[in-house]
Amino acid sequence: MIEHDYSTAADRSEHIIAALRRARDNRRPVTISAGGSKRHLAGRDCEYELLDVSEHRGIVDYQPQELVITARAGTPLSELNARLQEQQQILPFEPPQFGGRATLGGTLACNLSGPARPWRGSIRDTVLGVQLINGKCERLNFGGRVMKNVAGYDVSRLQAGALGTLGVVCEVSLKVLPRPEKTLTLCYAMRAPDAIQSMNRRAGEPKPLSGACWLDNHLYLRLSGAASAVDSTAAQWGGDILAADTRIWEELRDMTLPFFSGEAPLWRFSIKPSAPVKPDFGPTLIDWCGAQRWVRGDYARAALEQVAASAGGHVTLFRGGDRSTEVRSPLSATEQALQQRLKHAFDPDGILNPGRLYSWL
Amino acid sequence: MIEQLSTAARADLMQRLRHCLGDDGIIEESESQRPFECDALILYCDLPLAVVLPATVAQVQQVLRICHQYAVPVVARGAGTGLCAGAMPHPDGVLLVLSKLDRILDIDPLARTARVQPGVSNLAISEAATCHGLYYAPDPSSQIACTIGGNVAENSGGVHCLKYGLTVHNILSLNILTVAGDALTIGSLGLDSPGYDLLALFTGSEGLLGIVTEITVRLLPSPELAQVVMAGFASVSAAGDAVGAVIAAGIIPAGLEMMDSLALQAAEDFAHAGYPRDAAAILLCEVDGSREEVAQHAAQVAHLFDSMGATSLAMSQDEAQRALLWKGRKSAFPAVGRLAPDYYCMDGTIPRGQVSYVLNEIYRLAGHYGLRVANVFHAGDGNLHPLILFDASDPQEVHKAEQFGAKILELSVRVGGCITGEHGVGVEKLRQMASQFSTEELLQLEDIKHAFDPALNLNPGKGVPILKRCQEYRALPARHQHD
Repeated sequence: MIEHDYSTAADRSEHIIAALRRARDNRRPVTISAGGSKRHLAGRDCEYELLDVSEHRGIVDYQPQELVITARAGTPLSELNARLQEQQQILPFEPPQFGGRATLGGTLACNLSGPARPWRGSIRDTVLGVQLINGKCERLNFGGRVMKNVAGYDVSRLQAGALGTLGVVCEVSLKVLPRPEKTLTLCYAMRAPDAIQSMNRRAGEPKPLSGACWLDNHLYLRLSGAASAVDSTAAQWGGDILAADTRIWEELRDMTLPFFSGEAPLWRFSIKPSAPVKPDFGPTLIDWCGAQRWVRGDYARAALEQVAASAGGHVTLFRGGDRSTEVRSPLSATEQALQQRLKHAFDPDGILNPGRLYSWL
Repeated sequence: MIEQLSTAARADLMQRLRHCLGDDGIIEESESQRPFECDALILYCDLPLAVVLPATVAQVQQVLRICHQYAVPVVARGAGTGLCAGAMPHPDGVLLVLSKLDRILDIDPLARTARVQPGVSNLAISEAATCHGLYYAPDPSSQIACTIGGNVAENSGGVHCLKYGLTVHNILSLNILTVAGDALTIGSLGLDSPGYDLLALFTGSEGLLGIVTEITVRLLPSPELAQVVMAGFASVSAAGDAVGAVIAAGIIPAGLEMMDSLALQAAEDFAHAGYPRDAAAILLCEVDGSREEVAQHAAQVAHLFDSMGATSLAMSQDEAQRALLWKGRKSAFPAVGRLAPDYYCMDGTIPRGQVSYVLNEIYRLAGHYGLRVANVFHAGDGNLHPLILFDASDPQEVHKAEQFGAKILELSVRVGGCITGEHGVGVEKLRQMASQFSTEELLQLEDIKHAFDPALNLNPGKGVPILKRCQEYRALPARHQHD
């Protein structure tokens, strides 16, 4: 059992507010950072004065029987996981840990979720409430610590994927789930087009599927749940049962598989799960039952955007490549105008991570 | 504020709407408008300038463009089953009824999605998907009648929320028309979208940000089996503890419902479901999934209830028994409705662990106001529906019922919950927004509204109080206008 030092827990929100006030008064935008694990991932490269929120950390409240945990944004995910583990509970969205540096706030800002996402939801689906400081330096609470809350607009979920451009998220309440009784992985040698068909058909069966990925010409299906259900499904579905079966999912989650190494640009497609595979792509890794596909290589952005759009989704230059131009699929003129007005509603002076999502936002 | 049109402008507006929609697409006579004067919260009624019933998305777009040109308020309505007066017409505006847009456009069994128009009923989606072994999970009690467009507007839940989530967890993409009539698609067929998550923002926005014209929903595989365990308890606190024990055992039930004494007796008289009439509270716990999982979890739940002091215990052995056990719960509202001329349904959400304290406080308040109250509780997700019994023909009782209701909502906020779990704010809870949110928070919500609807013409007077437009808001007397 790892000993965790909870003594570092501290409420540094007043410090954050003071720093934001200075930024606003001096009209100098800030780059928000905690663990720094995603500084050069997911968004455009934008360097402003650093607002380090890593010291604003600690679990504020944890009620296992309510399935709710509340923690400050700088809390490392490893600390959350350790506390949940004591009660046989988990973060449903299986977030990447990035060598222990990933924090709760950064994970929400980037809306990062692991292989279980199609079944257990994303951090966006799991967040129940946030405390944030907007660009007007106001401390605001939205949502709460209960499962259902439809009072006012859903400002909490709006923070997921906003890359900190609408506010500095200070505190997050999340729904947690019991740890599944049993987990098991099935493996099948299969080409990508067949794997897409197979994983989507399996996902339409009422079985305890919790992961479906394809790499190196193999389809991997993960089952999690009541032991009796996992065992009987494995017997029905066949395939090779993997020993040491959690590692592939951990390496997929943390992006430490060999597929992710090296300098070649890493593209993330978020598309219709059953969309056919494009044969002219180089190395590809399929996750999320087909809805998230990773591609490596130097491609023209516009060509990939076309492919993503025709598959009902979008593409992000997740890592590497040219991060000074746009890294996300373009939006329609109508939506772009709405997004700019929304940004202005939260951050009228444009001091919060400007340009991180889009150059115009 | 919204300005009334001149007589000439009003005549122009009507003429253009008539031209756009044809005679059978517009209702102008007051008497014919009566069926649209309120939603299911009948305390709040009004009549609009016109009720319009477009049959195509193009007509919806034209209506919005015309209304935008005349700066006329637009209130969207589906089936009118809402419970917060969110679809109450605006006297100077147009009521945009979307019920004619009722086609299921496409079902993709492999991707497990359905593309539907907003006027499709919630249940119709599951019925259309069942041949593929799929269904649409959120199931509000009104699912036979309520529309998916209304579900998106209210972020509707149902009895299966704890395991399967709310509307926001079960939709992928929306086609939207802005207040100016501009079209855009938000969300995607993937599991997220670039830029801000407008899908999350729109879901539950009560028709204040735009008009939904098409919805792509996620479908789930229909469970192999579902089984219900029913247990009676001698006190609400014992039942509350049993709920906590199920969660602590690592089981996420598909549904976990509690009814208190008055509610369960009314339901039993109505449905003859076999509920123990002498219990202070009953729990209905449904587990679903694969056969093996259901067998394992149902046995575990029954054992837990027994060890937590259940005074009676029953388990469904087949679909007929399961349906009967649910029949009482599903008819609880009309059953309680037979006990008094009227009832007023509240919708706070509380931390599950507070249920015993909150129910006892509600009983105390009931004594104070001299009104009876029956409680139905989505115990799995903490959503409490106290049904306050009163007589709407007695103005004093109406007043007391509203005060009692307001106290319950404030109590919910005080124990760490919120004023509405699934029914929405609408007109009804506008005043209580100030007990949940600070002035800065309300102003932030207002700024979001401005970003989408600068002139405040979409469903004005609902959902989010507009402080800048109504400085005297916090000083208003605690009585709304209605008749």
